[in-house]
Amino acid sequence: MCFFRAQWIFTTHTTWRTVPNIFFFNLFRTFSPSKPAKSLHTQKNRQFFNEPEENFWMVMVVRNPIIEKQSKDGKPIVEYQEEELLDKVYSSVLQQCYSMYKLFNGTFLRAMEDGGVKLLKERLEKFFHRYLQTLHLQSCDLLDIFGGISFFPLDKMTYLKIQSFINRMEESLSIVKYTAFLYNDQLIWSGLEQDDMRILYKYLTTSLFPRHIEPELAGRDSPVRAEMPGNLQHYGRFLTGPLNLNDPEAKCRFPKIFVNTDDTYEALHLIVYKAMSAAVCFMIDASVQPTLDFCRRLDSIVGPQLTVLASDICEQFNINKRMSGHFEYIWKPAQLLGRLMVLGFLLRRAPIDGGAPGDGNAPVDGTIDGRSEKEPQFKFIYFNHMNLAEKSTIHMRKTPSVSLTSVHPDLMKILGDINSDFTRVDEDEEVIVKAMSDYWVVGKKSDQRELYVILNQKNANLIEVNEEVKKLCATQFNNIFFLD
Amino acid sequence: MGEEDYYLELCDRPVHFEKANPVNCVFFDEANKQVFAVRSGGATGVVVKGPDDRNPISFRMEDKGEVKCIKFSLENKILAVQRTSKTVDFSNFIPDSSQLEYTQECKTKNANILGFCWTSSTEIVFITDQGIEFYQVSPEKRSLKLLKSQNINVNWYMYCPEGAVILLSTTVLGNVLQPFYFRAGTMSKLPKFEIELPAVPKSAKLNLSERDIAMATIYGQLYVLFLRHHSRTSNSAGAEVVLYHLPREGACKKMHILKLNRTGKFALNVVDNLVVVHHQDTETSVIFDIKLRGEFDGTVTFHHPVLPARSIQPYQIPMAGPAPVTSQSPVPCKLYSSSWIVFQPDIIISASQGYLWNLQVKLQPIVSLLPDKGRLMDFLLQRKECKMVILSVCSQMLSESDRATLPVIATVFDKLNHEYKKYLDAEQSYTTALEAGQSRSSPLLKRPARTQAVIDQSDMYTHVLSVFTEKKDTSHKFVIAVLMEYIRSLNQFQITVQHYLHELVIKTLVQHNLFYMLHQFLQYHVLSDSKPLACLLLSLESFYPPAHQLSLDMLKRLSTANDEIVEVLLSKHQVLAALRFIRGIGGHDNISARKFLDAAKQTEDNMLFYTIFRFFEQRNQRLRGNPNFTPGEHCEEHVAFFKQVFGDQALMRPTTF
Repeated sequence: MCFFRAQWIFTTHTTWRTVPNIFFFNLFRTFSPSKPAKSLHTQKNRQFFNEPEENFWMVMVVRNPIIEKQSKDGKPIVEYQEEELLDKVYSSVLQQCYSMYKLFNGTFLRAMEDGGVKLLKERLEKFFHRYLQTLHLQSCDLLDIFGGISFFPLDKMTYLKIQSFINRMEESLSIVKYTAFLYNDQLIWSGLEQDDMRILYKYLTTSLFPRHIEPELAGRDSPVRAEMPGNLQHYGRFLTGPLNLNDPEAKCRFPKIFVNTDDTYEALHLIVYKAMSAAVCFMIDASVQPTLDFCRRLDSIVGPQLTVLASDICEQFNINKRMSGHFEYIWKPAQLLGRLMVLGFLLRRAPIDGGAPGDGNAPVDGTIDGRSEKEPQFKFIYFNHMNLAEKSTIHMRKTPSVSLTSVHPDLMKILGDINSDFTRVDEDEEVIVKAMSDYWVVGKKSDQRELYVILNQKNANLIEVNEEVKKLCATQFNNIFFLD
Repeated sequence: MGEEDYYLELCDRPVHFEKANPVNCVFFDEANKQVFAVRSGGATGVVVKGPDDRNPISFRMEDKGEVKCIKFSLENKILAVQRTSKTVDFSNFIPDSSQLEYTQECKTKNANILGFCWTSSTEIVFITDQGIEFYQVSPEKRSLKLLKSQNINVNWYMYCPEGAVILLSTTVLGNVLQPFYFRAGTMSKLPKFEIELPAVPKSAKLNLSERDIAMATIYGQLYVLFLRHHSRTSNSAGAEVVLYHLPREGACKKMHILKLNRTGKFALNVVDNLVVVHHQDTETSVIFDIKLRGEFDGTVTFHHPVLPARSIQPYQIPMAGPAPVTSQSPVPCKLYSSSWIVFQPDIIISASQGYLWNLQVKLQPIVSLLPDKGRLMDFLLQRKECKMVILSVCSQMLSESDRATLPVIATVFDKLNHEYKKYLDAEQSYTTALEAGQSRSSPLLKRPARTQAVIDQSDMYTHVLSVFTEKKDTSHKFVIAVLMEYIRSLNQFQITVQHYLHELVIKTLVQHNLFYMLHQFLQYHVLSDSKPLACLLLSLESFYPPAHQLSLDMLKRLSTANDEIVEVLLSKHQVLAALRFIRGIGGHDNISARKFLDAAKQTEDNMLFYTIFRFFEQRNQRLRGNPNFTPGEHCEEHVAFFKQVFGDQALMRPTTF
């Protein structure tokens, strides 16, 4: 049995003066001024350090997993598993914590400037009090290192229609500064820069969307509005902001986010609006306070068009899927939205094949040979550092509570180890590992792309495994430059 | 009213002729569009002027009585003159043939000739009050041969030379019209039809006047236009024009009603497929376009004027005469004068002033008169001289001061591309037919005509988009939105987007440092793969490192750019990657060893050099049975370097079998 627990200390340089440990930080720099150490291993714990802003340090202490054993005299002995935790995973989690804090609160420095340590402390406490509870350190793995974005595969025409929709919306709702468009929890368009989108995507897919899925399934909070006279029927609704537009007292409060903190430092209101599986984030300047009238106008303009667009996307996606032959999609039980769903069901799927994984387009290209009836004999994780596109057939589904993987944690740990190896060198590399459990694990790095494959063929030899992976690349990655 | 307000004008080079007076009779021939000025029955001269020929034909003829009708056959070969109600006289105008007149009397007894029409250079139709007679003229024999005739009571007749159709008014009321169609020596009777009169006539007398009927070809179809002074439905006051479609086969059918919403004296013209209705009382005109959407009631479509009524643009009569002694300023011309006579399709004649004009439509003023851009495009796309006007509308709607909304811009692009796609499809099926071996001369195979309404990508690029993207005052957001909208529209009509449009998008994005947007567009293949684009991306690498990966991916997908991929990798000193790539596609037997060894040596990585060197030794061994390089490969320098670093013994030895 093992468990993790994280403990948090947040402090600033000034308060650290009273703490002798300040010595560490200087020490880290002494070892390597450019790449300060990021973790400290002890028997019981592992400490992770991050200096996200100059002179501001974040420390996360994670307790090593323990195994309780019975000693000969019957007394329980606690044995610490010192090698279980992957440094990169948890230092990435720590960085992500900062990014998430910054998204909603701005930088530490700004808080200091605005209200000194007191304000910063308040903000930290308020944010992390809630946020820590949503972290599930047990299930952190390779995907947390990547912090990638899953892109929705789409044909060019539908993509252009979405572009056209976004441009029109930005024109009619002139206060909108940036827009992001997601379908089925996968990104299609981001008007934000990549780094900001990365953390916003994380927030949307692991926090905001899951929170709203549950009530939908329970039949509460029906997405279809009550008949509003003179209003076209549509399925649009606000995920942030007013719940009921008919209520004159409705509060138009939207989460505030901070983007481009390195240069322009913009504060924005985040309006998330959804119709069926399509979600749009409209970001408006924080100095403009959206009124109920604005929300109603947005609803009446965006709602009908987004509803049509969402069903177009769904239809087009199904056509593309049918055209590309037999596939293998794990269909979660259709989540009926009852009598009102135009499309019959919400699509929730984990594609295990299709196109340049995560490189957006073309869900076509081939299938995974004839074995599609059975459990496929391999699973993979793909990540592209350049566009942050990620795709995993290992992870079934991300819920707010837990991220389910379909493979044994030991295998996940091997993936993490291979990734650490890749980080150390700049060259393209390939690693093939035979795991204890008779699985083969293959890691490939080509330029900025990484691919991890787990093969369930215990009798295969190295050459066969190599062939198998080549085949996989030929079918899955034939429209990108990925060296064999 | 400024000049920009008038959308109709008289042509600036009218045909000038001697005005009608007691000694000078003026005739107009609708078939050849010629004006005949006959002085003293021809004795003192006949002058014939057409709109195109600037050299008038002048001749004299014997005065044999009052001329009732005078017309040349097509190509001015034979002149026919009617002087009596029974006969028509002919004289040849063919060089070297007899000039002596010859005469033809109508065949039907007791019939009076109402007039005649030439249907070709040697075929003529006499219309009498008792029927029509169709003759073949042979100028050599100076005689006519009756080809066909038909007995029918005729009130009046009308000839449409474009459609080669003669319309006869029959019955007592005159409202039953009998069309005949003429083609290559044949005369065919088309189904007769009845014009609905506004009210049940009180007495049995002629109720339909030829003044209220016109025939014209509109959008390639022949129509009979009837000017109905009072609507049949009592609730709508005002006159209307009823359009009967007269097909070559099948019955004539009432199709369109043009609502005039006024009463009084009207005249009709057809210009550029538009029906122009002149109203004398208000001295204004309105235009109708039957292709624009109207109100369809199940049988007919009702149309309203496209634009508010306007006068024809004021016109100054140029000071006539080749030797103007007078230095008078030009005289303003009286428009809508009661002495005007209007002929189809676009002719206005002032017999009293001696002018023949062609009526013309000015498109530029219409742009500001028709605020609905979608309707404006529908209108302009049907016009002959529309290209520059359409392009100026496009530029205008993108300009900062007059900017249209994106949905409007999208509508305009869609309309343009719809027309463009129609042409591309026609062109495509023509090419396919040619390739399938149909001969060029086949009557079914016609190269599709490219009208001005075909606005292609290069037009848009040159006249609208490239200028628009250069403008400083336009926000880049709007620029990108417009470019994407145009690309979306092209894609929607399945038109291949030209690379220069993609380059324009990239240029705009790069100028504003919007690399992440660019990345996303490429990721979804909105910007189509091409070698030029891949090279452009390569050049962006120093500003945006991911461009390198995007470029390589694109080259890979093109699958015809393997050499380029190798070059790119070698330039980045990724020698091993280049070699692995070329081996992966099976091209490693044909590559230049020297090129790879050069690149390997530049990396100053001896182990890499060793690996590459060994690879080529093995290749030599496999291909030629000997690991040594041949002199043709020019690798001596590298062999020497290899020996120097790794020693002679490191060289691969030939395998002995």
